[in-house]
Amino acid sequence: MFRFSKPLFVFALFSASTVAIAFENYQGVGRPATPAEVKAWDIDVRPDFKGLPKGSGSVERGNELFEEKCASCHGSFGESNEVFTPLAGGTTKDDIKTGRVKGLSSGELPQRTTFTKVATISTVFDYIQRAMPWTAPKSLKPDEVFAILAYLLNLQEIVPADFVLSDQNIGEVQKLLPNRNGMTTDHGLWPGASAKKGGIGNGGKPDTANKACMKNCKPDVLIGSTLPEYARTAHGELRDQNRSFGPVRGTQTLGPEAAKKAADAGTLDLATKSGCMACHGVKSKIVGPGYNEVAARYKGQTDAETRLIAKVKAGGQGGWGSVPMPPNAHVKDEDLKTLVQWILSGSK
Amino acid sequence: MSEIDKQPGRLRPAPENFLSEEQVKAVGSGRRDFLRKSFLAAGAALATPIAARASEGDSNILQNPPWTTSLGQPVATNAYGMPSKYESQLLRRESPGLARVGGASVSFAPLQGLFGIITPSGLHFERHHQGWHDIDPSKHRLMVNGSDDSLLKKAKVYTLDELMRLPSVSRIHFIECGANTGLEWGNVAVPTVQYTHGMLSCSEFTGVPLKVLLEDCGVDYKKARYVLAEGADGSSMTRTIPMEMVESGEVFVAYGQNGEMLRPENGYPLRLVVPGVQGVSWVKWLRRIEVGDMPYATKDEAVHYIDLLPNGLHRQYSSIQEAKSVITTPSGGQTLLDKGFYNVSGLAWSGRGKIKQVDVSFDGGVNWKTARLEGPIQNKALTRFNINWVWDGSPAILQSRAIDETGFVQPTYGQLRKVRGVKSIYHNNAIQSWKVVESGEVSNVQVL
Ligand code: HEC
Ligand code: HEC
Repeated sequence: MFRFSKPLFVFALFSASTVAIAFENYQGVGRPATPAEVKAWDIDVRPDFKGLPKGSGSVERGNELFEEKCASCHGSFGESNEVFTPLAGGTTKDDIKTGRVKGLSSGELPQRTTFTKVATISTVFDYIQRAMPWTAPKSLKPDEVFAILAYLLNLQEIVPADFVLSDQNIGEVQKLLPNRNGMTTDHGLWPGASAKKGGIGNGGKPDTANKACMKNCKPDVLIGSTLPEYARTAHGELRDQNRSFGPVRGTQTLGPEAAKKAADAGTLDLATKSGCMACHGVKSKIVGPGYNEVAARYKGQTDAETRLIAKVKAGGQGGWGSVPMPPNAHVKDEDLKTLVQWILSGSK
Repeated sequence: MSEIDKQPGRLRPAPENFLSEEQVKAVGSGRRDFLRKSFLAAGAALATPIAARASEGDSNILQNPPWTTSLGQPVATNAYGMPSKYESQLLRRESPGLARVGGASVSFAPLQGLFGIITPSGLHFERHHQGWHDIDPSKHRLMVNGSDDSLLKKAKVYTLDELMRLPSVSRIHFIECGANTGLEWGNVAVPTVQYTHGMLSCSEFTGVPLKVLLEDCGVDYKKARYVLAEGADGSSMTRTIPMEMVESGEVFVAYGQNGEMLRPENGYPLRLVVPGVQGVSWVKWLRRIEVGDMPYATKDEAVHYIDLLPNGLHRQYSSIQEAKSVITTPSGGQTLLDKGFYNVSGLAWSGRGKIKQVDVSFDGGVNWKTARLEGPIQNKALTRFNINWVWDGSPAILQSRAIDETGFVQPTYGQLRKVRGVKSIYHNNAIQSWKVVESGEVSNVQVL
């Protein structure tokens, strides 16, 4: 139950008249949304399944769809770490019973997957429906989302292989989610009303209590960790990330070979700015092939440069698989040339 | 780096002591072009080679430079002005290995070179979940609706034309990603303040209080205690905001940033401003507001932006960014020029209000001195602090400690890990330490 301060309560009672005034004040601003407009945009699905569309889908159908639309980034079993952290894995039959993923506290989990964390099945439905596949969000129909979710739940051994997930039985599946009891809101970081007042959390009480000591605050200084050497150089030439004048200079972290690397980085920058790196890695495949794979395939082919410039500009598919590359007409011709030359010369 | 690069404008007795061998040779062989070019060279320091005159004074003074003896460029040469070409080092940068694809990644703001509290819009940090777009404002719409009809009298649609007619507010606020400093929970992982703290920016935002729109739609505050904000990008980012913050007038729908429109990377043409709360709630490319009677458990509040505790539970709906500070000059990856006087400078902020005090330690937290705060100190905004320091050339460990108006004191790493372990990812507000060694090199260390 919510409790309210008195003025707010009074306001609520008279909200109708207040509202009427507001309308007049902002005359000519805004217009009513049509039911079709609200339907088009209001796609969110809440934990109580308000907003869930009607529909159903089988594990089997989900398997097909996942292979076709998701596996290139997430792996056939949702196990891939290439593009994002894995979706599936990491939970046990016991977790399904308790609703707490044991690996989260025992330290046995090498990596947290989506299903080791999520406590609300609505979250996964809502997210796949609104945002996936990553390069074609909102292209899935409700039945397809049910099917894909059924497949993911089967991977997690929450439902059997012949299961058909639907708006009717999703509430039952919620009761089997491995980490359904894994959340706490007992903290002070919710900026609204506390749980006691019908909101969330402890009302803003912090969990640390440092003191503002000024003199002789401790007997000695304990250093817990220092910068590892690899981390010092992994972020490029630090000298070039600071001004060349002022009270300090950037520390020189790289040797003389830095110049070549910087040139490569320049083209890498251009590739990033041109949007290429969303789909290509230098070494590894993302959606499209890794650039080093491209260089290897066309090694020694004199017409490769012209052909590839044309292909990147116009887009296309079939060379590396069924996923198409969209046209890149927004990239200037000279930049396309630089990029393709860089790719063919063994980009780094 | 040679001494000469480091100390332009200093007078030295003899050329061989402050010119590199190469530079001496160039002067000796009478290569005048070297001299001329050197005026334009990026490190203007090279201009010193009029070596013979060193005893009389600085050649940059004795001989007027070209910009003093020639005509400069006309107005509007750069119709949209850009920083000096000598400022090319300070850029937004990614941390290698942090994310696998650029469309779901972060670029960090170069805090090591920024002054005051306002982040230049072009250097504002970026965090996108599904890439960014440059949205045509004439096609952008904001819809306000209710999770059911009883919560709102009328669902409405607003265009930018209409939103910009409404009463506006302009306020300076910091925005910090919940995962800022998240790489450092377990141990030191990155070299500079850009990567430790650079998911932090501060701007003056202009827009319409969300309250104005909700009341225009006839919200029922009694029933509608939560707000869902949704973006127009592919991810259609969604986050739950408490109605209390909306009612207070704090939350607003912003179109302006630092005097101009928002930058596309920061949500052009419309984003939510939720002061004091982690950046993910400041939904960019805002297209829809839904009022509801329960929190929504969206992906970025049920799978991410949840904080793993040692007992295996995740803290959910943890939103406020607690008091935090960091010294930006000098900081990791920098080298002090010399012994002597320095103005040590940094930033402090709190999601719970104003900064009250910042203390600085030069000995790893044994003794502290109170720093000067640059005013006016603003609510939930960055606050710049400065303190004098004379470096005597011996090793030192610099730290800063923020205290906000609630009296909350920024914790040490030891205190934070005791309650939250090392796998929390989000909300790391521990005291940052920079170690200075005899060479003047500053590096990232953690003091417990
Ligand atoms: C082109 C690559 C790509 C494709 C194809 C793709 N995804 Fe994703 N997926 C991503 C990326 C990148 C993220 C992380 C987005 C972010 O950071 O918010 C993600 C996140 C997710 C998440 C959230 C995981 C988590 O733990 O936060 C789910 C669930 C998901 N994808 C399911 C799917 C499904 C189902 C499909 C097929 C319909 C699919 N994805 C297709 C790249 C892809
Ligand atoms: C939305 C994803 C996407 C983007 C963005 C993208 N690519 Fe591709 N790219 C692909 C895919 C998928 C393929 C494989 C196409 C095929 O199978 O023929 C590909 C193939 C290629 C190839 C090899 C073509 C061949 O026929 O062997 C090159 C070279 C290439 N891309 C370069 C680029 C460059 C340069 C950019 C940026 C200007 C870019 N790509 C942007 C997805 C993308």
